Amino acid sequence: MKFVSGIEPDDTLDLVCRMCPLHLLEPGERLKCLKTGQVLEVLTDYDGALEDIPAWCRRCGQEFVGMEEGEDCYRLYIRKVKEVA
Amino acid sequence: MNRTVYMDHAAATPVSPEVAEVMEPFLSERFWNPSAVYDLGYTAREAVERARGQVAGLINATPEEIVFTSSGAEANNLAVKGIAFAHPKKGRRIIVSAIEHHSVLNSARFFERLDYEVTFLPVDGHGVLDPARLEQAIDGETVLVSVMLANSEIGTIEPVGELARIAHDHGAFFHTDAVAAVGTIPVDVKDLGVDLLSLSGPGLGGPKGTGALYFKRGTRLMPLIHGGIQEGGRRAGTENVPGIVGLGKAAELRRAVLHERAVELAALRDRLVDGLMARVPRLRYTGHPKQRLPGHASFCVEGIEGEALVFLLSAKGIYANTGSACASKALKVSPVLVAIGLPDVIAQGSVVFTLDHTNTADQVDYVIEEFPGAVERLRAMSPVWNREQDGKGDEADNQDQVRNEALGRTCEAV
Repeated sequence: MKFVSGIEPDDTLDLVCRMCPLHLLEPGERLKCLKTGQVLEVLTDYDGALEDIPAWCRRCGQEFVGMEEGEDCYRLYIRKVKEVA
Repeated sequence: MNRTVYMDHAAATPVSPEVAEVMEPFLSERFWNPSAVYDLGYTAREAVERARGQVAGLINATPEEIVFTSSGAEANNLAVKGIAFAHPKKGRRIIVSAIEHHSVLNSARFFERLDYEVTFLPVDGHGVLDPARLEQAIDGETVLVSVMLANSEIGTIEPVGELARIAHDHGAFFHTDAVAAVGTIPVDVKDLGVDLLSLSGPGLGGPKGTGALYFKRGTRLMPLIHGGIQEGGRRAGTENVPGIVGLGKAAELRRAVLHERAVELAALRDRLVDGLMARVPRLRYTGHPKQRLPGHASFCVEGIEGEALVFLLSAKGIYANTGSACASKALKVSPVLVAIGLPDVIAQGSVVFTLDHTNTADQVDYVIEEFPGAVERLRAMSPVWNREQDGKGDEADNQDQVRNEALGRTCEAV
C-alpha cells in the first residue's frame, strides 16, 4: 500500500457507513464528473476497500495515488487518467 | 341503518384510487427487481426513482436525500440510531422531547444501555417545547436532538426551526419526526433547517408499509439493515416497489392540494371543537388551541375512560381514537398527556378525532349530536364522576396532583 499525505482532491466521495460493494460502483460514477488529471478522494471505513480500490484502478486503467489513514476513516485517492467506460 | 363517520385518519387512511391504480402493475405484470441489470429491472428502478423525486418534491429536498423505509417508525429508528452509531466520537448525549413517538423515545432509551446520556425535555401545558429548555440542556457532547414537528395525540406543532438552529449552534444533528405533519401542513426541510426528517406513507395518503427518511446531503448514517446496496447502501433489502410507487404518487397528489385542504380541514375541526365544547361540560381541549394540525381535535372528557367512549361512539358508527393508535391498546395513561400536566384521572378520558378531506360538515354535526349522549351515559355509571358530583373527589385529585408534581420534578431536573 502506498501512503500519501497532503493530497488536495478535486472532489470527495463519502462512503463511510455505506455497504460493500458500493466502493466498487460509486467511484466510477463520480469519476465521470471529473476531468482527466483531477483527483477523487474516497472516504471509507471498510477495510476491504484498501485492496479493492487499488485493484479496481488497475483493472479500469485509472491511477491509484495512495491512501491516508484519517481519524475515523480511510482516505483513498484516485487520479482520473482516462474517460470511464 | 347506522351511518359510518370515520375520524381516525391518523391511525389509518385509505389510499386514493389514483394511488391504488399506479401501484397495481408493480404487484403483477411489472414485478421486476429494481436491482436487476436487464431492461425490465431498469423499468422498476425508474419507477422507484420517480417516486423518490415525488417524495423529495413534497418537502423541498433533492431525490438523493431520501431513503425509503418500511414505516415512519423505521425512519425514526434510522435517524436516531443511524446518527449516533455513525458519529461515536462526536458525543454520547441524545436529547429528545418528552412527547416523542415511541419509535423515537425507545430508540433514545436504547442508547442508555450503551452508556449514552439521554435527556427528555419537558413541554408546557399545550405540549410546546420552549426552545430555552433546549438551550439550557444542550452541550458540546450532544450528538443528536430529536423533536417532532407535530404531535399526533394532541396536534401541537413544535417550533422546530428555532430548535434546529440551537442544535446546530452546539454542533449537534437535528432530527424531526414529521410523520403527523407531512401531507397535512406544508413542510420545507430547508426552511426548517433540519438534518433529518421522518415521514410515513399513511400520513399523506400513501399505502401502509411505506415511509421515508430525509437526510441532508453529506449526513453520514449507519444502516439499520445490513445486506445489499439498495437505497444507496443505506438500507438493504429489495425495495417495496408497489408501496414506494404508491407513496410517490400520494406525495405528488397531496402536494397539489395541501394548502386548500389545510384550510378546509381547519374549518371542519373548529366546527367540531366549538360544537363539542359548547355541549359537553368538563371537556378539555388538549394541545395548542391555534398552533396545531388542521384536521386534529383532541379532548379529555372528565369522569370517564376514553376507551369506553370510543367503544360507545363506534356503536353509533363514529370512529375515533384514544390517542396514538400504537399505544391505545396498552390501556396505559398516555405519556404525552402526562407530559402536558394532566392528572391521570383526566388523561384517561382522552379521545382524539383526526379528520381528512372525506369528512363533511354533516358528519361533524352528527358527531356533535351523538357525542354528548355517549358521555352522559358513561358518566352516569362512572364512580369517579359520581364521587366528584357528591363532592368526594378531593382525595383522589390530591393523589394525582402529588404524582404529577413528582413527574414534573423529574422533567425539571434535566
